[in-house]
Amino acid sequence: MEGNLMLKKFDLAKIKTFLLGSRTSYGMVFTVVLYLLLLAIGFVYLYPLLFMFVTSMKSPTDLLNPMVQWVPTGVYLGNYEKAFRVLAYPTTLVSSILVSVLPSLITAAVCSLVGYGLARYRFTGKNIVFALILATFIIPAQNTVIPQMLTYKDLGLLGNIFALLLPAMFGQGYRSAIFILIFYQTFQSLPKVLEEAARLDGASDLKIFFQIALPAALPAFIISIIFSTVWYWNETYLTVIFLEGGIQTLPMQLAKFTQAYQNLYPPGMVNIFDRLNEAVKLAGTFLNILPLLVMYFVLQKWFVESVERSGVTGE
Amino acid sequence: MTERKPFRFRGIGLRTRENLYGYGFVFLWIIGFAVFTVVPLVQTFLFSLNQVTVTATGIDLLPVQWANYARALVTDPNFVQLLIEYAIETLVSVPIVIIFSMIIAMLLNLKFKFKGFFRTIFFLPVVITSGPVIQELTAQGATSVPGVTNTAAITEFLAQMPGYLRNPVEYLLTSFILILWFSGVQILIYLSSLQKIDKSVYEAASIDGASAWESFWKITLPSLSTTTIINAAYTIITLSHFSENKVIKYIYGQTYAVQGGIGYSSAMSFLYFFLLLLLLAVTFLVLSPRRERRR
Repeated sequence: MEGNLMLKKFDLAKIKTFLLGSRTSYGMVFTVVLYLLLLAIGFVYLYPLLFMFVTSMKSPTDLLNPMVQWVPTGVYLGNYEKAFRVLAYPTTLVSSILVSVLPSLITAAVCSLVGYGLARYRFTGKNIVFALILATFIIPAQNTVIPQMLTYKDLGLLGNIFALLLPAMFGQGYRSAIFILIFYQTFQSLPKVLEEAARLDGASDLKIFFQIALPAALPAFIISIIFSTVWYWNETYLTVIFLEGGIQTLPMQLAKFTQAYQNLYPPGMVNIFDRLNEAVKLAGTFLNILPLLVMYFVLQKWFVESVERSGVTGE
Repeated sequence: MTERKPFRFRGIGLRTRENLYGYGFVFLWIIGFAVFTVVPLVQTFLFSLNQVTVTATGIDLLPVQWANYARALVTDPNFVQLLIEYAIETLVSVPIVIIFSMIIAMLLNLKFKFKGFFRTIFFLPVVITSGPVIQELTAQGATSVPGVTNTAAITEFLAQMPGYLRNPVEYLLTSFILILWFSGVQILIYLSSLQKIDKSVYEAASIDGASAWESFWKITLPSLSTTTIINAAYTIITLSHFSENKVIKYIYGQTYAVQGGIGYSSAMSFLYFFLLLLLLAVTFLVLSPRRERRR
């Protein structure tokens, strides 16, 4: 009798543990709620992208048909063909890559120098330098951009990639402050022992930096370069002011998509199916982020683990 | 007495040496800061005190003292309105971003399968967010809460509201996903500081009978306070620097407008910068730990 009761109690406890969890596991109810919640938020998060992708695959007839919401009636790539031509894709793609990769390589190189100097040497006024670095992150671009633009105009550098490379060479590239902090944190977390040993062996400071500190900071380099590349790619305020008329990047071309489309397909000259519609625009938008998506999925580990690896949050 | 000095300093003192090499490494940045930040900043400020005309040979300055500032704040019918909208939108967005990224970070901090997949999703917008892309998506209505904005009930509800309430609510509805899209970096920052909290503190609390709810308020939240300030500041700065920001677009437009000009837009830039600093200061005051505030 008593044993039976014990058994029942035990079963109940087991079921309860299964559903509600214990100290070691979350339990069924919680797990299901967790996944549902994450999936729902994930869907809302990706909604603009899904909307963009589905719409960009719709043919003009699908667009007009109210029955077609999420599944186009067929695979239609006409929008992409048009967007490809309007964006002048091969040319703008190459200049977008150049305009984002070159400054970011320079930024990473210069920021590693600055970050090392801040992490390894106790010099007078270091705190002031730190405060000023943070200030450069806060100052809006429009408070400094006009005199720069006028200077570049005098030097004949407008529309030239050097307009972006010059500031980067002096640690004033786009969001350089963040990369300086990343390198600062990285070098601070590296043990000093090796460098001190090398110094006792008579190695110069520069040699120590290049041969011991830099190789150890490889993750910081990768993180800085990919983030800088992405941010330079997406930056349009400075690129429009400095490069307009010389270099066309993908986002710049997307910004004047309507105008470029009408140059290729004059509104009065083409039939109704070739007029500019939202499907073509969204195809253009998708082509715009496609290289970034590819880069993201290839390097996703570096992106999402970056904050932990670089210790940017600091203590 | 020379043998007392360690050989590696080669005759110069430790202090001088640290200064020499320290500045050696930071040298490039200091030059750059002077040339690409301080000088243009001062020049922009000088422009803001002048009527600037661009001529074939260069630029002409006509001193007008504070007239550009007065015009922006008093005469211009748009600028102050845009500044107010910007401030309200920022103050609406920041708590949403903070709370949302904190919740997502806490969910992602749990142990479950496919964690990497969800982390990848939540970070994706950081990679693809650029002005023109957002502009296209907003124009096609892809950034509003799915199926909400076009509902008759919502439109009716909005129409009933007083104007000062309607704008933020409308902004919230039409740009909700956009606001969430600005949370990617903040989620990761929260996640990394959540992982730094010592697990044994939670264990000790639960042995003492604390519920999960109590642990959150008494352990998790206080441990995240510094991170919250960093995240709030980051959110404000990225929102304020975003090229689709209406104030930035207005200032940019005025730079090349006939009746605007460089002087006027420079004055507006400084007013905008000042408001940005003010918002940052308010955030710091609100979020800094209570103990310090009472002191």
